[in-house]
Amino acid sequence: MKNALLRACLIVVVGLSLPLSVHASQKDDIAELKQTLEQIKHQYESRITDLEKRIQAAEENAINAETKAQTAERKAAHAEKKVTVNRGDNAFNPAISLIVQGSASSYSQDPEAWYLPGFQTGGEAGLKSEGLSLTETELTASANVDNWFFAQATIGMHEHHGSTELDIEEAFVDTLSLPAGLGMRFGRFYTETGYINASHSHAWDFADAPLVSQAFLGKQYRDDGLRLSWIAPTDTFVEAGTEALRGERFPASGNGSKFVGDAQNYFLRLGNDLGSSHSFRIGLSHLRTNPVNRAGGDAHGHDEHTETQSLGFSGNSNLSIADLIWKWAPEGDMTHRNLTLQGEYFHRDEDGSVTLTEGTEGALFDYNGAQRGFYLQGVYQFIPSWRLGIRYDRLWSDNSLSVLSNTTGENDNEVTAETGLLSDYKPERWTAMVDWSPSEFSRLRLQYALDESRPEKDNQVQLQYIMTLGAHGTHRY
Amino acid sequence: MYRTHLFLLFAVLLISSSNASAAIAVFTCEPEWKALAEEIGGDKVTAFTATTAKQDPHHIQARPSLIAKLRRADLLICSGAGLEEGWLPLLLRRARNPNVQSGQPGHLMAAEHVPLLEIPTRLDRSEGDIHSQGNPHIHLDPRNLQRLAEVTAERMAHLDPGNTVHYQARLRDFERRWNNALTGWEHDSEVLHGRSAIVHHMEWIYLLDWLGMERLAALEPKPGLPPSARHLKRLKTLLEKQSALAIIRSTRADQRPSDWLAAQSGAPVVVLPYTVGATEESGDLFRLFEEIIKQLAAQPR
Repeated sequence: MKNALLRACLIVVVGLSLPLSVHASQKDDIAELKQTLEQIKHQYESRITDLEKRIQAAEENAINAETKAQTAERKAAHAEKKVTVNRGDNAFNPAISLIVQGSASSYSQDPEAWYLPGFQTGGEAGLKSEGLSLTETELTASANVDNWFFAQATIGMHEHHGSTELDIEEAFVDTLSLPAGLGMRFGRFYTETGYINASHSHAWDFADAPLVSQAFLGKQYRDDGLRLSWIAPTDTFVEAGTEALRGERFPASGNGSKFVGDAQNYFLRLGNDLGSSHSFRIGLSHLRTNPVNRAGGDAHGHDEHTETQSLGFSGNSNLSIADLIWKWAPEGDMTHRNLTLQGEYFHRDEDGSVTLTEGTEGALFDYNGAQRGFYLQGVYQFIPSWRLGIRYDRLWSDNSLSVLSNTTGENDNEVTAETGLLSDYKPERWTAMVDWSPSEFSRLRLQYALDESRPEKDNQVQLQYIMTLGAHGTHRY
Repeated sequence: MYRTHLFLLFAVLLISSSNASAAIAVFTCEPEWKALAEEIGGDKVTAFTATTAKQDPHHIQARPSLIAKLRRADLLICSGAGLEEGWLPLLLRRARNPNVQSGQPGHLMAAEHVPLLEIPTRLDRSEGDIHSQGNPHIHLDPRNLQRLAEVTAERMAHLDPGNTVHYQARLRDFERRWNNALTGWEHDSEVLHGRSAIVHHMEWIYLLDWLGMERLAALEPKPGLPPSARHLKRLKTLLEKQSALAIIRSTRADQRPSDWLAAQSGAPVVVLPYTVGATEESGDLFRLFEEIIKQLAAQPR
């Protein structure tokens, strides 16, 4: 604008200064004049632009200086308070937490004589002891080892037949910096078979394990091994992984001396948010094991025999699991109200032979097992700190046994019945619980179960406490 | 046939991952950092926030969707100082993204760059939900955001050197606007200087510190514990002796304790947005503080 005005003035001034006789002059003169005019115009134009540029720069500098001065002033005032960094001799110590758990349990049937008709139970399957007991104390230490590895170890302490047992529950290393969404875990860990198996008992929503975990995994399956998994670079969570496991513990019980182990697990998960209030995760997993004389002698539960009887399974055992978690919280705010639905379906095929040993005598069977089970549970937090939960468990078995040899002296039908593997009975259980968590670090729980996992009805009442000392626990999904 | 499908699936996944690297993918833990990342990054970044203004950043689970998001992030911006200690460490391990692990340029914890208040002298869980490094709600002091804007620009330039000029220019522009706004807010809030307030949770300390106000008491007897009847009665007695400008609570907090105390004592309740997006009026960082100052300055004295 300024520019245009100046230019107009210039033209007028130059124009007026020209002699009026211009029309009479030679064409050359006019051309020359025009040229001079152009030159003058050009010179002034460039000078004006120069001036404008300088004014603009000066203005900018002034603003910048002001902003800078203000910023500097504020920063100086603000920086007087020091930035503190957490330092100290113990700053590099791992995060340590101690979990103290105990319960009071009451049963209307004998918990020692517990069994599951149609299933060979093993591992740590069973009920908590009756009365008051300190069920388990867990010490966990974890830290980033360096920028490549994270490690965690959990030592469990519990009483067994009057003496305290120390048990390395988990001790594993996770990689942190593999490319392309790959991750490895090696050491001893709870395998990714289904959903609940991978979480510690103090994080469960009920005081005991689902029947499927008791029947198929010996309460909880953990093993020494290696996991490789991959997370897809998508907005929907997709994870696929495989585990190579030593395979000596129930339900594997195979030949652990193989270089890459004797049990393999494969898993696939998918999860996402649906709106701001809902989220879910679905998973499939498949565990392949080759048990050799897998023990688990308490299968039958006939008191007079359990001392001397033992059951062994050899063959192939393939377990497939489908799991689903669904969580709801209004606008995703879990503090006040939230609901979690969780369910898992187990299906196992077993093929091989079963031996029943009674002292020096025994029987050998050809065995073909087909077992299924599921549980479904819902936990609702209705006000802060208080939750209600309900769970339903169910198992089926359809096994076939045929006697190959029998030296027990009893007839074949009797011996077959004694394995406890042939059963039309379908174990089931209803459980209800209420728990109160005054803070994130403590939880008290009251639980009632109507347990019909045996043909005899069992009324089970449990009071449980879970206390977390030390490092903040993680909010696992 | 099945194999071809699988192959196609992988191909699609790979292509989608290479496309995503066009802009810096910023994963933020709270909405205020998303807003700041967008101020500095402009169209050169895509920002995501793990929590909304309606959620409590203490109580979040490592949901599958968050793992998937963090897996692909180039830059992580969180408050730090233990605010996200229940879920962020697990999320970092599960997402196993080397770019955003602790110590990397893509790992930015805001609390490490500003002076913290309320560093506890006694660490004991009986003191409630305290954070050993200090109070983590640092974004409520606008001077802290100014500092974080610089750090964010530095990190973005480090991760995307080709656009350094862009980030620097946007930082200068933000600083200019923020300073002007800050001058205005400080002018408008002069009347609040030296006044005291009762707060619901401990999250307001940085705001009060900036405004030169005092915290008379908190409705929560211990950080993170719900207000008890006994504690509220004590506060009522306190308010008979001392006066408070207002009882401050966030839009998320339970309204009953503050309403009760207000009815008993006559001190007005002020409902303030805690972060960007908590109310319709607090859609960005500028409007957040505008709204806070407007509400507080409007209180009768």
